[in-house]
Order: sequence, then structure tokens, then C-alpha cells
Amino acid sequence: MQRETEITALTDVMAKFTSYIGKRLPNDVKDKLAELRTFETNPLAKTIYMSMADNQDAADKLDRPSCQDTGVIQYFIKAGARFPLLGELEDILRNATLGATQMGPLRHNAVETFDEKNTGTNTGSKIPWLDWEIVPDDDSALIDVYMAGGGCTLPGKATVLMPGEGYEGVTDFVFDVITSRGVNACPPLLVGIGVSTSVETAARLSKRAILREVGSHNPNENAAKMEQLLEEGLNEIGIGPQGLTGKNSVMGVNIESSARHPSTIGVAVSTGCWAHRRGKIRINADLSYEIISHKGAVL
Amino acid sequence: MTKKILTTPIKSEDLESLNVGDTVYLTGHLVTCRDVAHRRLIEQKRELPVDLKGGAIFHAGPIVRKKDDGKFEMVSIGPTTSMRMEKFEREFIKETGVKLIVGKGGMGPETTAGCQEHKAVHAIFPGGCAVLAATLVEEIERAEWQDLGMPETLWVNRVREFGPLIISIDTKGNNLIEQNKASFNAKKQPVIDRIKRQVGFIK
Ligand code: SF4
Repeated sequence: MQRETEITALTDVMAKFTSYIGKRLPNDVKDKLAELRTFETNPLAKTIYMSMADNQDAADKLDRPSCQDTGVIQYFIKAGARFPLLGELEDILRNATLGATQMGPLRHNAVETFDEKNTGTNTGSKIPWLDWEIVPDDDSALIDVYMAGGGCTLPGKATVLMPGEGYEGVTDFVFDVITSRGVNACPPLLVGIGVSTSVETAARLSKRAILREVGSHNPNENAAKMEQLLEEGLNEIGIGPQGLTGKNSVMGVNIESSARHPSTIGVAVSTGCWAHRRGKIRINADLSYEIISHKGAVL
Repeated sequence: MTKKILTTPIKSEDLESLNVGDTVYLTGHLVTCRDVAHRRLIEQKRELPVDLKGGAIFHAGPIVRKKDDGKFEMVSIGPTTSMRMEKFEREFIKETGVKLIVGKGGMGPETTAGCQEHKAVHAIFPGGCAVLAATLVEEIERAEWQDLGMPETLWVNRVREFGPLIISIDTKGNNLIEQNKASFNAKKQPVIDRIKRQVGFIK
């Protein structure tokens, strides 16, 4: 019985948190948008940044999802091997998605592929999508919730380059994706890049990259240098908010990487739109929790 | 800076001085109209249940709540990608006499031609600002073609100073998004070349 109560309690917390992040942006994104708005000199771009801020205020006040596209729900889990509800977590997160769909309310965004039917619940085969990492010798769980909207998912692309193409080829790839497909994904974007061995490893890392905070840096010196070069370079093009030109193009560029086969460079890009709705929460072994992404959040 | 406000019914003269990049606001009626409504009028030659002469349409699929008194409340209304309507819009403008088309992202050469021929404009409402847009709807006056389901129903909204609306296609054949794309592409190569000289990590 004790266990049942625990499961219900955690499901409730995760449902509320999932719904919450659809209405309020995380601190890092909010701060960055405020900074971009302050430094913007193009009057049209400034007007748009103001509308974005007004929209977030209205969403908060009226307790409504800030963008109508509340995305496909994804959870990225770093779970301690000794987290007490490890085996139950998959069910808990699925039920949390069902709960959040009612609470938000969230738009129905899960279509069964090949049957081509909307399930109407935001759950379906392998949806909500779960991504797992197990941390040895730990008893808590760190969970990132992400709402993958259609517009910001569309630019996503992965490929495998020949080593001869080098990091120069990575640069070409990133610029091509952002200037051709990123413009319609509600910029300023948070650009996530995975540099790895194959398409799926690069793609996964590129998604992990947009879960990293805006303004954080890759610990590797060369990777951090490339983050900065790409960020400055993309900003120089001046895509501006909504692609209507402006002083900047992106909220930031985050790179995540792994070792690779000497004969390949897997590279992928994932993008987060200005309404980058994600949240980070730590669940302790006693099921108390701490919301990391949204300071002072009350569920 | 005074707000430039368009009021429905909009006349050709109201639009002729507008240029791409200008910001305007709309007072009057704004009707949601997207994929299926376009298809029904153009492909199936069905008559629209709303008179759009001098009117304004919004490429959007809203979330609407039915209140206890039977009236509808606009919860959230964000623009959808206008380019999907490119195939129909030139004829749609001709058939309906619509003057203002609001959506997200740019539209193509057909719509640009339609806007020039019939003195209409396309404008962009910032994507992701769906709650802001909902608060600018004073009342949903009518709902037509409800058989299409919530996203595709023609919701007739009375709006006040609805915007910002950024003119992306004007009556003179200019297309802002096409111009921007050309400028991004022109700026891109020197930047890429400079970065490439600094990322030769494979020695
Ligand atoms: S790209 Fe983002 S902000 Fe734009 S409509 Fe999609 S989810 Fe909303």
C-alpha cells in the first residue's frame, strides 16, 4: 500500500510539473530573451520581443499554455541505480503525461504512425518518449521534461561526414540547417549540435545539447571555442526574432560530443524555439523534490 | 510612435501606402481560415459561409472553450504556417475579396501576385504568442463549418488592435521573407569561411 501511495504522489508531481513547464519558460531562457530584447536595436525586432514577453505574462496570469503547440512530451532521465521507483518510472511518466494533458490542457499531439490516428491522449507507442541514463551509486532521479513542438522539431537533421570534411564540414552543415530550415522554427533558436560517431548517437547528443542551459559551455576547450564561433557567426547573419531580421539569430549554441570511429564524423542538429519549454526536476529517494529550472516554482 | 490601425471592411486605399516591414494592428473582424476552408472554396467550389469582402483571415487553428452560457471563449490562438495555403491563396483572394491575410512565415510568388493584382496584403503575427492573441479577441461572434472540428472551423472573431502584424507581402509585389532569405544567404559565406579557418582541429 505504501508503495501505491508513493507511485500516486510521484505521478501527481510529474503531471503538475509537465503542465507547469508549458506555461512558463525556464529561468535561463527567460533571462536570455530579456537580454536579447534589451540589446536589440531594430525596432521591428524589439516589437516582437515585447510581444513574446507580453505573451508569457498573459500565459502566467491566465494559467494557460503559452504556445498552442504543446508538443510531443519527452522525458530525459538520469536515474540513480538505487532510485526506489526505478522500475515504476516508465508507467509513472506515462500517467503523468495523461494527467498533464487534462490539466494543461495540452494539445493532442500523438499520432500513431502507419495507422495515422491521433490517440487523443498524448500517449502512444513509445510516447511519451523516454531517454535513460543510469547513474551507479545514486538513489535520486534527475528528470528533464521537454515539449517537442512541431515547428522547432522540423529543422532537425543528422548525417555522417567523411573525416576529410572535418570540423569545417560540421560548420557548413550547421549553417545550412539553420539558414534554410531554422528560419521558420520561431527564432531566436537554441541550437544543439551532436558530434559523434553515427547518426543516432549524434542525434541523441544534439537533443541533450538543447537541454543544457543557455550560456553554459562544453568543458572541452575546442568544443567550447566552436560553440562560441558558431554562436557569433550565426548572430552575424542577423536572422532576428521570427526570421524578420535583427541583431541576433540564436539564444546560444550548445555542443555535446562523444568519441568516434576514426573514419566517421556523425553530426546532428536539434533546435529549440524561443518558447523553449523544458524543465529540470530532481526527485530524491524519499520522493521529496527540487525544481531546478524554474526558481520559486510552486506546483 | 502612433499605431497604424486597419479597420474592417478594409479598402484598397488603406493598403496602398503600406510597405513590407511595416507594423499594423487590426480592429474589426478576423476570421480563422486554413487548409480545408481554402480547399472547399477553390477545389470544391463551395460558397464560404462568411462574407470576406474587405475582410481579414487568420491562418490559425485555435483552442476554444464553450462557456456555460453557450458562448465560445478564445483560449489560445496562434498562427500556423501560411505556406501551406500558397497553392490556393491567389484564387482565394480573387474569389473572396479578402484584404488582409495573417499567418506565420512567408508565402510564395503566387500569393505575392494575388496581393498585387487585387490590392491585398499578407502579414505575420509572431509565432508562439497564442495567449497574447487570445486576449486581443473581444468576442467570438459566430462559428461556421463546425463540422470541420475545432482547428478548421471558421471562427468569426471581433478583435481590437490585434497585433503586431508585420506586413510581409505588400500591394506592390514585395515579399519580405524572400528578401530576408536572400540577405541571409549573401551574408553567410564569408562568415562560414572565417569560422572554418579556426576549426582545423584535425591535424
Ligand atoms: S516553433 Fe515553438 S513557439 Fe513556434 S509555434 Fe512551434 S512550438 Fe510554438
